[in-house]
Amino acid sequence: MRRLGPLLVVTALVAGCSSTPTNSHTVVLVTHDSFSVDQGVLDAFKADTGITIDVRKTGDAGALTTQLVLTKAAPIGDAAFGVDNTFASRALQEGVFAEYQAKDSDKGPQNYAIDKRLTAVDVGDVCVNATQDVDAKTFEDLADPRFKDQLVVEDPSTSSPGLAFLLATIAHYGNQGWVNYWQRLKANGVKVDSGWEEAYSQDFAGSSGKGPRKLVVSYASSPSAEIGDDGKARTKALLDTCFRQVEYAGVLNGAKNPDDARKVVDFLISEKFQKLVPDAMYVYPTRDGVALPEQWQQAAPKPESPATVPADQIQGNRDRWIEQWRAAVRG
Amino acid sequence: MARGRPGLTGALVTAAVPLGFLAVFFVWPVLAIIRLGGGGGVAAVLSSSDTWRVVEFTVGQAAAATAVAVLTGLPVAFLLARTALRGHTLVRAVVMVPFVLPTVVVGLAFRSLLGGGALPIILANAFFNVAVVARTVAALWSHVDRRAEDAARSLGAGRARTFFSVTFPALRPAVFSSAAVVFLFCATSFGVVLLLGGGEYSTLETEIYLRTVQLFDLPGAAALSLLQVTSVIAVLVIGAVLRRRSTTLNLRVDTARRPRGGEWFVVAAAYAVVIALLVPIISLVAKSSFNGFKALAGTGFRGSLQITGWDAALNSVKAATYATLLALALGVVACVALVTLSRTRARPSLVESIDTALMLPLGVSAVTVGFGYLITLDKLPGDLRTSPMLVPLAQALVVTPLVIRTLLPVLRSIDSRLRQAAATLGASPWRVWREVDIPLASRSFIAATAFAYAVALGEFGATSFLARPDSATLPVVIGRLVSRPGELNNQMAYAACALLMLVTTAIVIAVDRLGTVGEF
Repeated sequence: MRRLGPLLVVTALVAGCSSTPTNSHTVVLVTHDSFSVDQGVLDAFKADTGITIDVRKTGDAGALTTQLVLTKAAPIGDAAFGVDNTFASRALQEGVFAEYQAKDSDKGPQNYAIDKRLTAVDVGDVCVNATQDVDAKTFEDLADPRFKDQLVVEDPSTSSPGLAFLLATIAHYGNQGWVNYWQRLKANGVKVDSGWEEAYSQDFAGSSGKGPRKLVVSYASSPSAEIGDDGKARTKALLDTCFRQVEYAGVLNGAKNPDDARKVVDFLISEKFQKLVPDAMYVYPTRDGVALPEQWQQAAPKPESPATVPADQIQGNRDRWIEQWRAAVRG
Repeated sequence: MARGRPGLTGALVTAAVPLGFLAVFFVWPVLAIIRLGGGGGVAAVLSSSDTWRVVEFTVGQAAAATAVAVLTGLPVAFLLARTALRGHTLVRAVVMVPFVLPTVVVGLAFRSLLGGGALPIILANAFFNVAVVARTVAALWSHVDRRAEDAARSLGAGRARTFFSVTFPALRPAVFSSAAVVFLFCATSFGVVLLLGGGEYSTLETEIYLRTVQLFDLPGAAALSLLQVTSVIAVLVIGAVLRRRSTTLNLRVDTARRPRGGEWFVVAAAYAVVIALLVPIISLVAKSSFNGFKALAGTGFRGSLQITGWDAALNSVKAATYATLLALALGVVACVALVTLSRTRARPSLVESIDTALMLPLGVSAVTVGFGYLITLDKLPGDLRTSPMLVPLAQALVVTPLVIRTLLPVLRSIDSRLRQAAATLGASPWRVWREVDIPLASRSFIAATAFAYAVALGEFGATSFLARPDSATLPVVIGRLVSRPGELNNQMAYAACALLMLVTTAIVIAVDRLGTVGEF
């Protein structure tokens, strides 16, 4: 314990130094854990504009939204990225974002617009993935006895792809039919996991875990990461089973540095940033004319006509739908 | 005489430091978030049969996991404390490794070894916590005089009788102390329950998370948080009562010897436990590959990591060192205050209340605390919410009770006559500490340091809900890699896991070495 004396002094010094000097051109970008960007691009942005982007990652899209809502009176940043269409309504209702339309938002992102306060940065479609030998295509095929005990999905109450797939079935079968469809899936031996990690990397036959099931709910982009040494994709996405997840960015209400925050939102849909989005975050750019990486063109084309459900309907019905789903699948 | 009996006022002033810390970084945020939810949800939540099923499973699985951890931890404690055999440093390191592993990879490992369900949840939770029992109990056991046992034996008592009527009562404070910690860790376990429960099982912790984050049902979450706080306090009070009958021990600095006769069975049991712990560990290492390690030296598959695996390891060690120093400082101050108070004429209930209060953060949801920070800490100067210092501060909240639970049983068991004799011989209070308390508590202090490091390296609960600058640590890197498709990402995740184990082992061994040099 004698040793501790000098160490305490060190701790005190560290604590003293920790308050980082905030110069006037720093923008705090609050985002989720999956956010990823090459430092070189941030450096280049700083060289061009003089703006330093301070990235603060925090939980998943749900946790991010909750944080933004809880701190709306004293925001923890200037701009936010990563609120998706399943959570957007909550953030908008609570007045988290300030009105801003990004420069260039008419060059593609407008296709996914839901509100004047949010700019669509990327699209990450959730689709059923399959090993190459499976000839299933549609939702109906998944309930077909030919694929008995082959499908593994994620629980919509704990997993974001799980929720997206539930929404896809609701969009496809409508309010009347979707519960019946899930009952048929259940009869056909669907397996429910809590999260993507165990479903994809342990139960799915097409991943490195080489599990027993040939169909899994994952992303349209996932096959691009499963290309074998022979250059052929081991898995494919069933493009008729997709749900469109859109991730948005916006300037926070009460931002300390709103002018620079707007420039950061512009930057997120700039060509330089959009080009990197596929490899860095496994999602598709929203900007028109941005080429996908080679492996993606081969194995993970962007779905043409995925299902969608309006954000306000998701917000209004999510709890009820999850309850109904539980009763149908768990009960 | 006045010099030999430390003053009540001094002790209370010392106790104010950890209590003040607790008030600002725990009580205030938790009350604020519960108040935000309002009381509206309480009636609905309490009258729902679902709620009570959740409570039942939370308590049941935690109690079962605690029982497993205690039963498996005791032989290991015996091995470490009582036997003079080679390889103890390695055993200490191995039992500590599970403590730092990210729950997602341990969950996946148990899932592939045992499948899902309640039993795997219990075993996984016990797996994380064997170290708490083994090291806390060993730290006390290694100082317990053997002569009482020898006397019982020569008076004709069998091994079992000797253990239950002589040895166990002496170890009691450490056993119940560590059991309380393990229980709280298991009751608030989150990732393991989700992953192995497959959505069929839920605990108060997972329900609070779902209500807050997914459903934004703050009143419901607040009601569940209240329920959690209440039940944690109940458990802590029971624990305090069980610990109360601690005996004064004639402590000695070292009591290890070569095992004899039947003791070899206990040694064998201890090694069996170590081997059982190694099974999931080895299954994780086996999944890493040379390619994975090679990739770690770079920034990952298509640059997905931004920093190299080695940078992440360095970040981990740096961040963990700050958190450990802070937590040790607070924990030691709290211990000194508690011990000094209990040696004065302060009422025992006062000491127990302070002790219990400092344990609370272990049993309360990280979601509650983390989101509580967001709505309170901006009112402090410098907006701590986004300061890098918040991570070590939040970790200190978890580590402090661990330090207390590890150190206190030994400090409490020191015979007061030993200290009085020193004082009578003219030693100042500081000298008494240096000559009596510190030598006897040094092993516990080493164990506490190792725990502090392990908690900090493993990146605990609340910190994952806090906004923090982008200096990814190993657990963060592992989490990111595991949540991506692709074989190489997977191999890298497990390579990073192996690296984390290596860093932990190295630190635990270094702390051990440092401690041995310090002993005399």
